[in-house]
Amino acid sequence: MSRPGRGKDSGNAVSVLELRGVSKTYGQEQATVRALAGVDLSVRAGEMVAVMGPSGSGKSTLLTIAGSLEDPTDGEVLVCGMTLAGMPRGRKARLRRRVIGYVFQDFNLLPGLTAAENAALPLELDGVPVPKARAAGLAALAALGVADRAGRFPDQLSGGERQRVAIARAVVGDRRLLLADEPSGALDSVNAGEVMRLLHEACQRGVAAVVVTHDAQLAAWADRIVLLRDGRMTGHTTRPPGPESLLIPRETR
Amino acid sequence: MSVPHVLLALLSQGPKYGLQLREEFEAGTGEVWPLNVGQVYKTLGRLERDGLAESDGTGQDGPQKRFRITPRGEEALAAWLRTPPDLTSPPRDELVMKVLVAARVPGTDAHEVVQAHRVYLLELMQQWTRLKEGEARDDLSLALVVDAELFRLDAVIRWLDAAEVRLARAAAEPPRPASAPVPVPQLRRLGARR
Repeated sequence: MSRPGRGKDSGNAVSVLELRGVSKTYGQEQATVRALAGVDLSVRAGEMVAVMGPSGSGKSTLLTIAGSLEDPTDGEVLVCGMTLAGMPRGRKARLRRRVIGYVFQDFNLLPGLTAAENAALPLELDGVPVPKARAAGLAALAALGVADRAGRFPDQLSGGERQRVAIARAVVGDRRLLLADEPSGALDSVNAGEVMRLLHEACQRGVAAVVVTHDAQLAAWADRIVLLRDGRMTGHTTRPPGPESLLIPRETR
Repeated sequence: MSVPHVLLALLSQGPKYGLQLREEFEAGTGEVWPLNVGQVYKTLGRLERDGLAESDGTGQDGPQKRFRITPRGEEALAAWLRTPPDLTSPPRDELVMKVLVAARVPGTDAHEVVQAHRVYLLELMQQWTRLKEGEARDDLSLALVVDAELFRLDAVIRWLDAAEVRLARAAAEPPRPASAPVPVPQLRRLGARR
């Protein structure tokens, strides 16, 4: 079996996401809570990283900082080689919309829009002309195998189809970074695994992804698992060998 | 051991040769449990002796012999499928032992021990998941085996999480005086089944 590809070759030299010594403290004076403490993390194009840790370990803070929804108290965040902190607000928001896609726990599809309109929405909000946005939306739906559902509304889709549309919306256009917080929500374990497989497939097409989850079975879909505890990175897995070693060696058959 | 009954299950589909049984055993169980030919013939011999299977009456041993299941074999197979495995006494798990004694070894950080095992187990789960993503997508047997293994490893990781919380709590609280011994007869009775 082939290893996951490195995806598009552009962006290989530069990490899509880079956290350097990132700390985040909430509150003031004596009543401060340190949510993150000196976190270093680099995610390349084509790579899927899962972040695990007990509740309160800083997983969600890491994701909001990676998505530049919040600035770190200390340290640097680079998205596609650019520092977003300190950018004028409008420019920062535009860049965020163009580069970063989000997958939410409950998929958050807008009920009044068709699958194609939902998938194209981020581009339309960004001022991309409607025909162009719709074409990109359709392409994203096709990549996730739900092109034939383009004209349906969310309540006419199965749970699995809704997941696919939500992921299509997150990667629509040329988004480079996918951020997902417990993306498989309340799905059963087979469907939850399917969400992770789709995210991993998106990475094989060149996207970088950071997925926060407390579930080891879901985290295991990632190329690398990072462990957080009390805001610190306490360990990570290395890229595991291929799965061949788990099967009976061919030559003994 | 399940090998005799898995062979009976394969024979319940129709008569088969030894080599064929071995191939089908491995294919039908996700190709993760190797089975050598000698073991197949030894097991078939035992099934024949116990009247659960019979062979063509050619008399000669080896690959020419074809086996079929007997009515008694079918009964034994049906009974085995519905008999729960013995899960009453906890297995003497190596990892559990390591974490239990880690806290007693001077100069050893139990949390570090737990973390090392957690990372190893996660890497193993990543490997199984790659199988699920690849080969197991078109192989139901393998998909079932992979799921079983992932759930098992997941349970061990959850136990490590719980163990870490208990160890941290125990380290933060002074040990309770030994004046109130915890009654153990209930536990003993459970363990005595071994």
